[in-house]
Parts: sequence; C-alpha cells; structure tokens
Amino acid sequence: MLQLPIYLDHNATTPCDPRVVEAMLPYFTQAFGNAASRNHPFGWQAEEAVDYAREQVAQLIGADPKEIIFTSGATEADNLAIKGVFEMYATKGNHIITCNIEHKAVLDTCKHLEKEGAEITYLTVKPNGLVDLQELEAAIRPNTILIALMYANNEIGTVMPMQEISRIARKHGVLVFSDATQAIGKIPVDVNKDGIDLMAMTAHKMYGPKGIGALYVRRKNPRVKVTAQMDGGGHERGMRSGTLNVPGIVGFGKACELCRLEMESDAQRLGVLRDKLEAALLGLEEAYVNGDRDHRLPHVSNISFKYVEGEGLLMGFNKEIALSSGSACTSASLEPSYVLKALGLGDDLAHSSLRFGLGRYTTEEQIDYTIAQVSRTVTKLREMSPLWEMYKEGVDMDSVAWQAH
Amino acid sequence: MAYSDKVLEHYNNPKNVGTLDKSKNNVGTGLVGAPECGDVMRLQIEVGDDGTIRDAKFKTFGCGSAIASSSLATEWLKGKNIEEAIKIDNMEIVEELNLPPVKIHCSVLAEDAIKAAVNDYRKKNGLPELTFEESIVH
Repeated sequence: MLQLPIYLDHNATTPCDPRVVEAMLPYFTQAFGNAASRNHPFGWQAEEAVDYAREQVAQLIGADPKEIIFTSGATEADNLAIKGVFEMYATKGNHIITCNIEHKAVLDTCKHLEKEGAEITYLTVKPNGLVDLQELEAAIRPNTILIALMYANNEIGTVMPMQEISRIARKHGVLVFSDATQAIGKIPVDVNKDGIDLMAMTAHKMYGPKGIGALYVRRKNPRVKVTAQMDGGGHERGMRSGTLNVPGIVGFGKACELCRLEMESDAQRLGVLRDKLEAALLGLEEAYVNGDRDHRLPHVSNISFKYVEGEGLLMGFNKEIALSSGSACTSASLEPSYVLKALGLGDDLAHSSLRFGLGRYTTEEQIDYTIAQVSRTVTKLREMSPLWEMYKEGVDMDSVAWQAH
Repeated sequence: MAYSDKVLEHYNNPKNVGTLDKSKNNVGTGLVGAPECGDVMRLQIEVGDDGTIRDAKFKTFGCGSAIASSSLATEWLKGKNIEEAIKIDNMEIVEELNLPPVKIHCSVLAEDAIKAAVNDYRKKNGLPELTFEESIVH
C-alpha cells in the first residue's frame, strides 16, 4: 500500500533506522552516566558503550578506533579539520586547496581562514562535477598544508577520484581532508586504500540521529594533529572537549554497523530504482542529468527540466513527494544553486532542477508514483511556460532581449 | 513555506493560460523577466475599439507565486480600460494572494508585465508609450 507523503530527499537527511533508536534508548533513562565519570558503574557503562560505538564507526571506514573524534556533526568536523590543521601546521605553510562545489561548511570555513591569513585556492570543477587532477597538482605550492575535497557531492552525487587525489597529495607531502558525509555508509570508503588523512562524517545522513558526527584523524603514516576548536576538559584526546553525547554516539555506531552490513545490497537495489526513475524522466524532452553519471552515488539523481522552474514544479506534488530543487526560489538567499552554476549550467537550468535522493526504505511503487507525478507536473507547467512555447517555435532564446526588472 | 489557498487555487486551476496572435494590431504583448532570474512572464491583452480589454492571456516560467500573480493579473485585466489597467499596483496583488515578503517581487513583475503589454498595444496603434516611475522593490 502506497503511503503518502513519500520521502525522496535522503541527501538532506534520513529517518533513523528503528534498530538505531532501539540501541539508543537505554542510554537516556537507564544507562545515563557521563562517559567521563571514572569512578562509578554509571560512568563505566557509558564509557563502554562509547568504546564499542567507536569501534563500529572505525570498522566502517577501515580506521583504528583511536582515530575517531566524536563531534556534533559534519559541520563541526569540517571546522575542526580545516581550522585545526591550519593552526597546527602554521609553521609549515598557510595554503589550502579546495574546490568550488564543496559544502558551505567547508567553503565558509575557508573564507573565515582567509581573514586570518590563509591563502585558499578554489579549484573549478569540470562540467561533470569532478576536479581536474592536473589542475590540482599544478596548484600545489611549497606552502600548501591541506587539500580539502569532498568524497561525494550532496547536490549531484558525483564521487571524486580520491585515490588519485591522495596519490598526488602524498607525492608532495600534503595532507588530504575529505568531507565524506554523503559517501559514508552508501559506498565503500577506506581511509587507507583511499589515502585520506582526515575525514568528516555525520550520523543523520546514514539512518542515525541528528546532532552527532565524527572527524577521523590519522595517527600513522603520517601522524596528524589538529588544534582543538572546542576547549574545556580535553575530551577526545584533547582534540574536542565536551561531555560525550552517549545516546547519539551509540546510535551513530549502530548506524555505521548496519550500513557496513547492508550497504552493498542497498546500493544495488537503489541503483536499479534510480536508473528506472532517471530513464523515465529523461524521456520527457529537454531533461538533463547534472553531473557525471558514472562516478556517482547509486541513489542520487539531479535532473533539470528545461523551461519549467523548480519551485513551481515542487508545488505540483510537494504534499505527496519530498524533493529539493536548485532553484533560487527554494533557497533562503534567493540565489540559484552554486553547485549547479559551478558545472557551467546556465542559471535557467539551475532554476529548473530537481534533486532525487533515494534511501533504504524507498520502494519501486514509490518510484513509479514519483515518475507519474513529476511527468504530469512537468507537462502541465510546460503548457503554461512562454519559454517552452518559444522553444517549440524555434526561437533562439539567447538572442532575445530580456527585460529583467 | 506554506502557500496561501488563493495561490494554490491559481496554480492548480490557472485562469487564462494561452496565447493571443501577437501580429494583430489590437493585441498587446508584454514579455518581462529573464530565464537567468528564474522568472519570465508573458502577458497578452486583446483590446476593443473603445479601449476595453476584451481578453487577456498569460504564460509564466516561475514559481507558484509568479504563476498566481500573472494568472490573477489576467483576471483583473478583463473588462478594464487600458487607462485603468496601468493603475493596477503590485501591492494589490500581494494583498489578494497573501504573498510573503520574499515573494513580493513576483507581484512587481506582474505589474511590469501589464504595463509592458499596454505599451506594446499603444506602440502598435500610434499612441505614445508611457513611462512609469521605477517602483520600489522590497
């Protein structure tokens, strides 16, 4: 039985897996101790739960538990990694390389550091959303201390060539940081195989609770250190102070374990559904997938429907289907998606985009319903669009003198 | 953002979607906005010999509020004289549709479209085009 509304915005957040919630519950009212309370069973119980969760997180990414620093989420982990490295390695240099489709948590942190004397290179991605490896290598200087490139992009789902990136970085003795928020638990990520020195993760994108994440910080080959951004008590090996969110950590650990076990079958199943959705929607004339279609997460599709606007599209079915759009009208700033613009898409295609993020509980029935609703709405709005009419008449829209207000 | 019932009504059952023959002398066409801005409205009016707007049609590329603003505009235009038409103020559209502040610019564009359509008609019929004071955009 198809239950509405359908949720297809898993890149924004995910529901908690019931097994995650079950694992967390005892730590609210029964085993509620502070993990730093060393002198009684309440504390020991909490500490044991945290240790176990740390192992579960580490196992998902091929790391050692000692390399996991718990934070309030990926945004905090991004801040800790970038600011922490900048401050710790200040004598070595002040140059950081990143790219123009990173999450705001990385971009805004870099902008902040520029005011503190950092030199930042924002690489321009290719139209398919991937960095040019030669450009990356050419950007490295003697004073480069960090390369910060996201593992998978949240809007278009493209996956960066992390192994090649880290090979280049190692050649020049530069640390690699990756915001892997969208990739963890969806595709195999291994900090050693992928050559990553610091990595940000969050629970709420992988069927865990909001408000908890982690920064992976390498301890061997090389040993990496970050200057703490949260002071007070020296928790997490002095890198992140603050009482540990035990229930959140337990949930995060459980979420990681479930992903490790179910990731492969989920990815396969969702890949098929995503491809079905994409093929059907591309069948509507003038529909385009944004970002590379091969180097991409299996459950994401970002499609522009030319000549209709994204918010208008969403209104056709947003009470029944949850999606997001790169249109200016859907953003608080009234700017179209900077990620889509970075791909070289015209603004009009950025305004016309829909992002589909499938998830663990997505069914084929939901996909079929979505195909029908989206198709119906695109068709209806095209009948109301002066641009569609002009296109059909063969008008060259680049030659029109638009009168913007 | 919750849409007002009136915006939803215009979106689900838009009034006067369509195209008039722009080559006819008694048809005025206003095309405003730009694809890069995410808002393009085309408003057309068919004017009788006595200056009364007999028919109005629109097509819009834009969000629900933009669609509703232009749909409402065509409803209001029918039966009005072209002198009265240019007096339609965007804040009247805002009030009627309960547009939130972030969507006021949609109503401004609709007002621009009306004026552009009237001016196009005037130009085609040997009347001088009117100039309007730049409206204050919120």
